[in-house]
Amino acid sequence: MHLHFRPLLTALVLNCILLTSCQPSKPSVKIGINAELTGEMPAVGTSCKQAAELFIEQINKSGGIAVGGTKLPVQLSVVDNSCKADQSAAAAQRLISQEGVLVMVGPDASSCAIPASEISESLGCLMISPWSTNPKTTTDSTTGKPKKNVFRACFTDRFESPVLAAFATKNLHAKTAAVLYDVSSEAPTSQSTLFKEAFEKAGGKVVSMETYSTGDRDFSAQLTKIRESSPDIIYLPAPYNDTPLIAAQARQLGIKAPFLGSDAWSSPDIIKLDTGKNLEGSYFCNHYSTEAATPKAKQFIADYTARFGNAPDDVAALTFDAMTLAANSIAKAGKVDRSAVRDVMASTRDFDGVTGHFIYPEGTRDPVKSAVIMQIKDGGFHWVSTVEP
Amino acid sequence: MKYLAQQAINALQLGSIYALIALGYSMVYGVLTMINFAHGDVFMLGAFFCLLLIAIVPVPFWLALIVVMGATAVLGTLIERFAYRPLRNAPRVSAIITALGCGLVIQNTTLGISPYARPMPHLLDNVTYQFSGITITTLQIIIIGVSVGLMIVLDFLIRKTSFGMAMRAIASDRATVSLLGVPANQVIAVTFALGAALGGAAGLLYGMAYPVVSAAMGITVGWKAFVAAVIGGIGNMRGAVLGAFLLGAVEVMTVAVLPSTYRDLIAYSLLLLILIFKPHGLLGKPALHKA
Repeated sequence: MHLHFRPLLTALVLNCILLTSCQPSKPSVKIGINAELTGEMPAVGTSCKQAAELFIEQINKSGGIAVGGTKLPVQLSVVDNSCKADQSAAAAQRLISQEGVLVMVGPDASSCAIPASEISESLGCLMISPWSTNPKTTTDSTTGKPKKNVFRACFTDRFESPVLAAFATKNLHAKTAAVLYDVSSEAPTSQSTLFKEAFEKAGGKVVSMETYSTGDRDFSAQLTKIRESSPDIIYLPAPYNDTPLIAAQARQLGIKAPFLGSDAWSSPDIIKLDTGKNLEGSYFCNHYSTEAATPKAKQFIADYTARFGNAPDDVAALTFDAMTLAANSIAKAGKVDRSAVRDVMASTRDFDGVTGHFIYPEGTRDPVKSAVIMQIKDGGFHWVSTVEP
Repeated sequence: MKYLAQQAINALQLGSIYALIALGYSMVYGVLTMINFAHGDVFMLGAFFCLLLIAIVPVPFWLALIVVMGATAVLGTLIERFAYRPLRNAPRVSAIITALGCGLVIQNTTLGISPYARPMPHLLDNVTYQFSGITITTLQIIIIGVSVGLMIVLDFLIRKTSFGMAMRAIASDRATVSLLGVPANQVIAVTFALGAALGGAAGLLYGMAYPVVSAAMGITVGWKAFVAAVIGGIGNMRGAVLGAFLLGAVEVMTVAVLPSTYRDLIAYSLLLLILIFKPHGLLGKPALHKA
């Protein structure tokens, strides 16, 4: 019986090969999206993909990107990296060598962006990570120098962690802190170390530093230990889907200290998952706020909400900025050439984006930009303050 | 003292859930000497079936538990009938690959339908009780109680009923038992159903204790329960329970007294040591070599 299928299968496979090789010859530019559509944080990947789609729709409505006098339409190539390190590298490889993208936007999670950045470096393709805050994404760990092709649209942990530490000591008057983080994930590990450093420099003391591994659901042992050290605040740089679990278990154990979070909290899903309202009153650091938006951001928020039915989170806003940076670089380069586009990006010093004003100091790949402190209150995110660099 | 008592409660909760899942691995191994790697995903579906049920009709906890156990039992039987039975006499490695495949199919189907983590609704009023600084919640009492209850029922079933006798007989010699007129296929199917029902119950309890439900939730817990079953002596039910409580205790107590970063290192080194000195697990017996 399966013998009858064989010619059919062969025909199908041949068909696929023929179809892909006979792509339309109309000139266009391709931007790749390397996103976390499935896996640990699908809300992050979805926001990234949607913002990129919105950007492409808007730019193609005006005819595309003007490259050397002619307007070229932009195509999007979206690949899922499953929020895994190996698959992010594979996705980068596929986008750059097979799909032939001019720029890769993403990955968003640091654990994914770091391996993908190595592929970008070796294949010589501009990569802009919208949301990866780990310093290692743009820094070569062997030489300590910035990577040639890798940029980001967000601030780094070196800025975020001190902002949070200062907020904890000055505004929350915390003298002692406990930290609980995923030791097998890149961003939480660097954020925790930098937070401890900054918090102790500001005169506080980190009384408990506990870890878990990706996939853990039971934090009761670590939290019982944290309870013993009775900290004033608990710093949880955990992703939006782990945080509600940690908070619920902490409150069940009778821990009353307020929680402090990183930008990984910023998906609205965190509120949906927090059915016990255990995060009410907690603070976190974020890239932008819909409540303190510039006119440019307001326009983006309105467009995004009209298109997808929900307000854009920070990943969406940062992706939109990364896409704008990519498109600007392509337009300014004046030709469809990877190294020319990369050179323009490297010479960019100033940029006005949805998430604020960016300054890329000479020779760095990380923008200097403001952060906001947000609070979870009455089932929503509320702006508390903006911290300038 | 207070601190260690609190940690002991944490360990009991974790151990109970590991035990319910470990039993499923151990039962199937007992009758078929096959490792059912899809079991962790049946566990995950236990939580999803509960979500689905509550979305249709808001039922009380006890009813949800019964329905979820029934649904996963049916699923377990179907997996056995259509994926494993055709391969029963195939090389063992084919059966293992099929089991892994089944697990991936279940996991990715769920991922396709629900890529997002979902909150688990509250099925119970969760009250926190305080006893001189030690906290225990209704949920913890129920998890430990239901798990221990189900384990006692299972132990009775295996040791005191004719079904249990048939199951034990199949474990020791399937061919001869069939010759003696025991309906081996039926007994194996019921064993799968029981194992899956326990896995489903564990999924539901786990979903209630850690109320964020996702398609990947069965991976880590499933592996840990499998380790527990091996440590206890896979194929031996009491061993699976012992191994599970031991694993829960080692995991929690390592964190309790040492930096938490060393948890997995120490927990699994200790378990490795047990296997070096007791290669068949704590209560396992060396397999009889059949001709």
